This record gives sequence, C-alpha cells and structure tokens, in this order.
Amino acid sequence: MRVLGLDSSGLVASCAVWQDGIIIGEYTTNFKKTHSTTLLPMLDALCGMLGLDFGTEEGKLDAIAVAAGPGSFTGLRIGAATAKGLGLALDLPVVPVPTVDALAYNLWGCGGLVCPLLDARRQQVYTGIYRFRNGEMLEEQAQCVCSIEEQAGILDSLCSREGADGQGVVFLGDGVPVYRSFLEANLHIPCAFAPAHQNRQRGASVAALGADYFAKGHAVEAAAFAPIYLRLSQAERELRERENAEKENPVKEN
Amino acid sequence: MSRQGSFGQEVPARRKDEQNTQGRKILARKILAIESSCDETAAAIVQDGRTVLSNVISTQIPIHTLYGGVVPEIASRKHTERINQVIREALAQAGTALDEMDAVAVTCGPGLVGALLVGVAEAKALCWAAKKPLVGVHHIEGHICANYIANPELEPPFLCLVVSGGHTHLVRVVDYGVYEILGKTVDDAAGEAFDKVARAIGLGYPGGPKVEEKAKEGDPEAIAFPRAKVDGNAYDFSFSGLKSAVLNYINGCRMKGIPFREADIAASFQAAVVDALVSHAMLGAETYHEEKMAIAGGVASNGAFRTAMEEACRKRGIAFFSPPPILCTDNAAMIGCAGYYDLLRGRQDDWALNAYPSLKLGEAR
Repeated sequence: MRVLGLDSSGLVASCAVWQDGIIIGEYTTNFKKTHSTTLLPMLDALCGMLGLDFGTEEGKLDAIAVAAGPGSFTGLRIGAATAKGLGLALDLPVVPVPTVDALAYNLWGCGGLVCPLLDARRQQVYTGIYRFRNGEMLEEQAQCVCSIEEQAGILDSLCSREGADGQGVVFLGDGVPVYRSFLEANLHIPCAFAPAHQNRQRGASVAALGADYFAKGHAVEAAAFAPIYLRLSQAERELRERENAEKENPVKEN
Repeated sequence: MSRQGSFGQEVPARRKDEQNTQGRKILARKILAIESSCDETAAAIVQDGRTVLSNVISTQIPIHTLYGGVVPEIASRKHTERINQVIREALAQAGTALDEMDAVAVTCGPGLVGALLVGVAEAKALCWAAKKPLVGVHHIEGHICANYIANPELEPPFLCLVVSGGHTHLVRVVDYGVYEILGKTVDDAAGEAFDKVARAIGLGYPGGPKVEEKAKEGDPEAIAFPRAKVDGNAYDFSFSGLKSAVLNYINGCRMKGIPFREADIAASFQAAVVDALVSHAMLGAETYHEEKMAIAGGVASNGAFRTAMEEACRKRGIAFFSPPPILCTDNAAMIGCAGYYDLLRGRQDDWALNAYPSLKLGEAR
C-alpha cells in the first residue's frame, strides 16, 4: 500500500510518501509561506528522486492524505485543491487528517499528554490533547480553537485528577514560541517542549496517520473533501452576531 | 524531472490563427479550462480554440447576496467545495475524459487571490498527475477571447471594450495574445459603480442586472448626471465621481424632503455610464481607424450598453461584435479559448505557476 501525505496548513510545506509501513521519501520546508509556488514543485522533485510515477501500475497510490485543518485558510486550500486535483486525475480518495492529530502523531509513544499548539491569532490557539496507549493514539480533547488560558486550565485539571500519577505534558507547534513563557509561568504540572525534528507539521506524520485512518475506512471521495477551518469567515461571524443581537433586542417596526 | 507531456497530435492547419507565428505547430485541440477568479466556479472543454463542447458555471451569487457583495473568504471556500464536481461535469457534458485533453488552461489573474489560488492549485495538480501541458491565462484576455467563440469569423486586429465588476479597459487587440491598452478606469470599474448605485437605491446585489431592470421603467434624461473626463489620457475612465453624484442626489432629495424615483435614477445613471463607455470607444475607433469593435465582460450583457454600442458602430460603418450573455459573465470557455492562443504562441507554465491578483494585461508571468 502507498499513501501520499501533504501538509501546507502553516509555515511548513511538506510532502511524504508512506509505503508499507515506512516513509520512502519526505520533503519539508519551513521557510516562507509560498506554498502555491513550492508545494507541487516539491512533490515533483520528491517523485523524481524516488523514480515514482503515480500514473503507472508500479507507482500507483492508494490514497492521498492531507492536513485537513485547522490552519492558515489559504494554506489549507492550497493543500486541499492539490489533493483534490491529484484525486481527480488519479481517481483516488482523499484521507482528511486533522492538522492537530497529525502534529500530535509526531510524538508517537510519548508517556504523558501531548498538546499541539498552533497560533490561531486573535489571542487563540488551535489545539487538542492526546495520549498514547497500547500503540494507539487516544484523543483526550479533540482538536478545537480556544484561548491558551482555557487550554492551560484543562491540562491542569486532567493531570491533577486521580490516577494521573504526576504525568506531564509535551507541547509542540508554532504556538509554542508565542505561549511558552505563559505556560512555564502558569501551569501547575510538569511540561516539556518538543525538539526541532518533532515540533512542526510533517508530511511524514500526515502520511503515516493517513495510512492508519485509510485502513480504518476514513477516506472520502476527492470531490467531497473540504478543509476543516474550525472558524467561520469574518463576514459570516459578523452576520451571525447581528442576527443574534436582533433576536435579543428585536428592532421595532415603525 | 519534468512530467509535462508533449502537446497533442499535430494536425493540418486550417485557419489563419492555426498557422503559428513562431513556426511551431502547437495544437492543443482539446483544452480543459478552469476559472475561479471571483464568485463563479467554472470549467469548460474547448476544441480548436473556438468550439465550446461544454461550459459549466456554478455560481455563488445567492450566497454572496446575503452579504451585499462578494466575500472573498466565502468565495474561496465555495470554490474548494465545488471545483471537482464542476470539472467532472464539464468533462461529462462534453462526453470526454481528462485523458483525452491536450492541455489545461487556468485563470491565474487578476482577481481575488484566495479564489484564484484554488483554481491554480487544482489545475497544477491535475496537470502534473495527468501529464498535461499547463497554461495560466489572464482573466481579461479570456473576456476578450469570448468574442472569438461567439464570432468564428473574427480575427485581430480589432478594438475591444472590456467592462465588468472589476475592470474597465479599452484595448487594441493587435494580434492573438498581443494587446495594447489605450485606457482604463482610474478609480471604480463600471460594474462596481452599478453595484454601489444599486445598493444606494435599495436594489441589492448583484447591481448590474438589477439596475438595468429598474432603468427600463425610468427616464434616462430625468437627471443630468456628469459624464466624467479624466485629465491626461483621453481614453481613461472615471466612475467614482458619477457614483458620488448619484449618492449626493439621493441625499439632497432626502434632506429637502423631495420624493425621487429610483427608476429615473437607475435610467439616468445607466445612461451616463453608457455615454462614457461608448464615447471613449468611438474616440479610439476613429483615432486608430479600426474597422472592428468588440465588447466583453459582465457589463457587456447590459442591453442598453449593447444597443448603444451597436448603434454607434453602425453609424460609423464599424463591424460590431459581442458575445452572448453566457460568455460575458465569468466562464471557463473564454479561458480555454485564450489558453489555446497562448499555447499556439508557445507559452506554457510550469509547476511554480502562482495566482497573480493584480496581473496586468499582456504582462509576462
């Protein structure tokens, strides 16, 4: 089985090919947000190096896994449209891999809790809480958008409950540089921060977790795939706020 | 490693435009074209540049109407949701398959950057995987080329007035893919002025068709709105002054408690826009001794504008060309046509093709 992994959800652009339990190639840059001009050339270069042609019987893929969101709206769409275009041309399904799940998967086997943090701007993070048990990644908190204070409170209570056994939490993601000092100053539990090779999005993690999700049947038709933004557009948000305000204070007709 | 395949089979040239100027016989007989620069997700199959085998347009207008105009983020999201279905529908309606395409053309600018990126990323991935040549197309060139589809006999040189929600350009089409811009708007596009005036008189979005409808009940001479002249270039347009004049007129009436007729405002405003457009076009035609005049873009489906242009051309003995409304609105067939001539001229893009939100007409990319 062969699965392609793509991630362009943040500053990282990455593609990797998972083949029967190993990553046969990965190309990752964490440089500039120029994914529209780099992602496909990177994939082209990677396949060139691997002598891999997805259009042939020997080179064919089984699925395209893509970081489905949350993340940069534009970045997500570049990944989504790339995955959908490949899916259409190669007649392949897309495996949507939640961005935060894939990031947590970087730390597979970690003893304590794993908490990816992606800077979502507007004083918020995209985050989630995961643990690993018996070779499986378990979700303590599904990916969501919230403030760092809220997330710190949830982590404190999770780790202080009975049976938690003084376990700590490992943080990773581009939210770490933004919130590290806050976490070190305010958390009541042991915390650590993942090193360079694990602390950002990786196509390899998307491909590996994507292969797992694909085996479990979590694939969709390429045409049906759309990113998971976790946030409405500003215009939709403002429209809802206006509608709610009108519900609470109905404007009287003159 | 390049994965781009060769252009399609060579076939004997039949029309003047198929005899490549650069001596290379490049024939992309069947082109899949994709357009996503604003609020329409579109795909088309075009054969030999001018024969439209299918032209699928999935409009988002009902969604954007809720917000009184196009919301770029929502447009980008909807393109991502719809694009594969639209492409598949275009292939199905043409009774063909991706394998049978000789090339893929995609709008790469100008337009909303987030919206353009969806089409560009999709087209690149599609081409890369299917090993097809790719060409990025200028949206306005597409609008101009809609005239080639509608009028098989039309060949350059000719003058074209491109009028839409985002653009107002008077262009000399010197040859296939060779453009000389005589004038453009220095502020609002003509279509933008229609949208703003529609909002001011409570007609809503999209303004063009609504103002046109309302204008039918009104007197175009009821209110003397200004016909703006621009200092410097005689071919440049300006519509923000006209828009302000309309808003001032409405405010003035309200302050003085004078009733006003929306239909008269719509008709008088439309007459002022049409006057400006037609007079600029005719000045260009006379100066350059053009024998052929074409119109293009969303506003080209405005009946008053079409009629006035046709009449002005007839008086001067100029042949007039205009695409049907379905080819005036944003569509992919026109992109396929423009892409065909780009390929014929030896243009081709690689996997680094980007979206260029303010791409200039005729600019290298």
